[in-house]
Amino acid sequence: MSSATGTGSVPVRRARVQRWNPLSLGFCCALVGLVVALAFVPVVMSENAMQKLTTLYILVIMAAMWNALAGYGGLVSVGQQAFIGIAAYGAIFLGHQHTVEPFLAMLLAALIAGVIAIPVGLIVLNLRGGAFAIGTWVIAEIFAILVAFDSKLGAGTGISFLELNFFTPRHLLEYTYWSALGSTAVLLLILFILLRTRLGASLQAIRDDEGAAASVGTRVMLGKGILFVLAGLGCGAAGALTLANQLFIQPDSIFSVNYSALMIFMVLVGGIGTFEGPIIGAIVLFVIQNEVGDHWWYYTLLGSVAIAFALFLPRGLWGTVVDRYNVRLLPVGYRLRLLGGPALAKSEEPEPAAD
Amino acid sequence: MLLEVQALEARHGLLQAVRDVSLKVAEGETLALVGANGAGKTTLLRTIAGGHRAAAGRVLFDGTDVTRSSAHKRVRMGIALVPEGRHLFPRLTVDENLRVAGGNGRKGPWSLDAVYAAFPNLEPLRRHRAGTLSGGEQQATAIGRALMTNPRLLLVDEASLGLSPVAVDGVYRSLQTVIESGATIILVEQDLRRAMKVATRISCMLEGRIVLEGTPSELTREAVVDAYFGLREAGTSQATA
Amino acid sequence: MTWVNSIVHGIFLGGVYALLAAGLSLMFGVMRIINLAHGSLALVGAYAAYVFVEHTGLSAYAAIPPVVLGMFVVGYLLQRTMLERSLRAGVLVPLLTTFGLLVIIGNLLERIFSPDPKSLNPGVLGTTTWQITGTLSISPFEVLELGVAVLVLGVLQLYLTRTRMGRELRATSEDPDTAELVGIDSRAVYARAAAIAVGTAALAGIFFGMRSSFDPSSGPTELIYAFEAVVIGGLGSLWGTLVGGIVLGVAQTIGAQIDPQYFDLAGHLVFLVVLLVRAAIESGAIGSTRGVTA
Repeated sequence: MSSATGTGSVPVRRARVQRWNPLSLGFCCALVGLVVALAFVPVVMSENAMQKLTTLYILVIMAAMWNALAGYGGLVSVGQQAFIGIAAYGAIFLGHQHTVEPFLAMLLAALIAGVIAIPVGLIVLNLRGGAFAIGTWVIAEIFAILVAFDSKLGAGTGISFLELNFFTPRHLLEYTYWSALGSTAVLLLILFILLRTRLGASLQAIRDDEGAAASVGTRVMLGKGILFVLAGLGCGAAGALTLANQLFIQPDSIFSVNYSALMIFMVLVGGIGTFEGPIIGAIVLFVIQNEVGDHWWYYTLLGSVAIAFALFLPRGLWGTVVDRYNVRLLPVGYRLRLLGGPALAKSEEPEPAAD
Repeated sequence: MLLEVQALEARHGLLQAVRDVSLKVAEGETLALVGANGAGKTTLLRTIAGGHRAAAGRVLFDGTDVTRSSAHKRVRMGIALVPEGRHLFPRLTVDENLRVAGGNGRKGPWSLDAVYAAFPNLEPLRRHRAGTLSGGEQQATAIGRALMTNPRLLLVDEASLGLSPVAVDGVYRSLQTVIESGATIILVEQDLRRAMKVATRISCMLEGRIVLEGTPSELTREAVVDAYFGLREAGTSQATA
Repeated sequence: MTWVNSIVHGIFLGGVYALLAAGLSLMFGVMRIINLAHGSLALVGAYAAYVFVEHTGLSAYAAIPPVVLGMFVVGYLLQRTMLERSLRAGVLVPLLTTFGLLVIIGNLLERIFSPDPKSLNPGVLGTTTWQITGTLSISPFEVLELGVAVLVLGVLQLYLTRTRMGRELRATSEDPDTAELVGIDSRAVYARAAAIAVGTAALAGIFFGMRSSFDPSSGPTELIYAFEAVVIGGLGSLWGTLVGGIVLGVAQTIGAQIDPQYFDLAGHLVFLVVLLVRAAIESGAIGSTRGVTA
């Protein structure tokens, strides 16, 4: 392209679109290696380590799913606990009442949660902003109420997934661990692929300016719907795994809005709208949970830190690193490489609150 | 010097809308700001009024640096903007639109009665919602609303946009009244003929810069048109074939 | 006929919902913020009244003036500190920060007051019953509830339509940019709106506390009720909120008539139905328009 002269315009250089770079390629290979290595944890590490890591994986799933909704879809949901609870109770329904093999029941339950996200999505995606947030919360409350009506599901007092006791404690821990690791890897992979496709670019456009995106043919509702179903599926997986991890559930806790509080914390601290951020946020929460989770002020701490991040460090820990050092480990975006000059990262993750 | 703008820069995101603009307006002057769409006139006016943040440069009003002052503070000091597109409060009545602007404590010749006297066609529309008015009536209301703040400097952005010629005549008649009352005006206008008739000075903007300045007697219409379309360098006022 | 009984009691309940929802509706109409901590702030009002009653031995009614005034100030300060910054940061941020506030308030209330339910005593007004017909009886307290709600909404209405500050609020809610350009200090407008919102929420919280028991987890419940009332009645409209509150109250009491466990669920279902009907009728998603109508 020739450069245009005029009243001070910038000369245009030739450029090439670049998706992978050596750093991200190396990082992805390392990631795959990490997952493989983690699969061997049950062989070499203690039962305590397994259980803790399982908890961490569940947190990662929840954070990644909430980020998918809010960071990539602009949808602040305060009701994802609906799907956590649906899958947990779904697993009990299938495994306990209908004698499906426990881990198969859990898988099916997660899928059911994803399917239920379709009609739920059709309802709540008519709402925007805060209305959407509370709408999802109302849905969660409705499911909690419905479950509490059912005495076969333990009503208000709760129920145990007794079938899990057919496994030895050690085996239960191992299978749960591998299920959690596998679910996390698969869900993150699905999200990764989704973001790399056309959908990913269109989601970004939607997030930045919905009206403009719609005007160039982006299927706005479809994009949001896909994210909502994925998040339903993912949170369902988290719910089923939580059931396996703790064996006993009750409506008040499995449908509790506290899960949303945890998700918001993880994503705000880690970095909303980035792929790596939720993982980092989950690790941070995991550490905090282990250290001070039993203190009465635990949730006050989480709430305060979340507010502080939202106001003062809106890009989160990872987002700030990305901005400062121009690093990108996972290639979910596009980089414009000016030939003959340094690479200029096309900002793929603007502030989550772009007006 | 009532208004002094020094090396002002303003952006819309990454787009530079106002580049290194400096101008001075003395009390009592009527400055016409002309230029094509996108030349930066609206952004310049909004930045002077405080509706848009300056990226660099200064705005001095009556000697005071107001560059970082909020818009409502500038209104209290005496700057008022009639925005492009009017931007009336649609669900408020004409009366309410006028009254809501009159609370800033500035003294002057303009009151509710004075505005209705200057725009008699608005009197019967007092209780009508502003959103139901015609273009000309809305423009009159918008000007009246700005006048209610008793400004020393009135900024009028595209007063004739979307109006019938008859309505525009009405608008300019009222503007004449305002000018005669001694107010200082910066007027953004697409209609060169009207601009040159009512202004004491003219500035032409192109791509964010001022490319031509002068009084109506100094400038020929052709010179302004050329500057408008970027066919001449700034400063000269002779047209070439 | 106990159905009539339910409906009448539902209307009275609706009054409190309307009062609770008014602040939520106002803040949304002016600032486009849905304050997720709204219910929690109402709950703080109830607990503040509880503390007042414990310390002074006076009635819960005596607690109303100091608590509501105090909560006006709290709302004002909240806006000037946290919410103003949240607004500037973008559309999502106010949701996140007000949710954080909800979590903090719930946690702190639980620590200070323990999870045990508390209640406020409505006094003789609550225990007296007026027999209207053979099957319908009401209490003066309920009448007071509804009366206060209608009165407050009426005063708010007058504020919006007749006062300078009310006009400024309506103008700012329609077009904050232009409002500033005609000399309105939009930040002051927002702060006043927040003060009114939190103050009225606290008042509603006190009435809630007199009508039934409350505990630290009641905040989210009250938020959901307020939100449902607002959506049923139409966002941004004060009198619509009254209608919405009453519809919600009636739905809930009729549901409870069928089975006490259906109280909340009935409200949720009516909310969903109204939501879907509105979505089908209106163009544009709910929650995307702004403005306050009287």
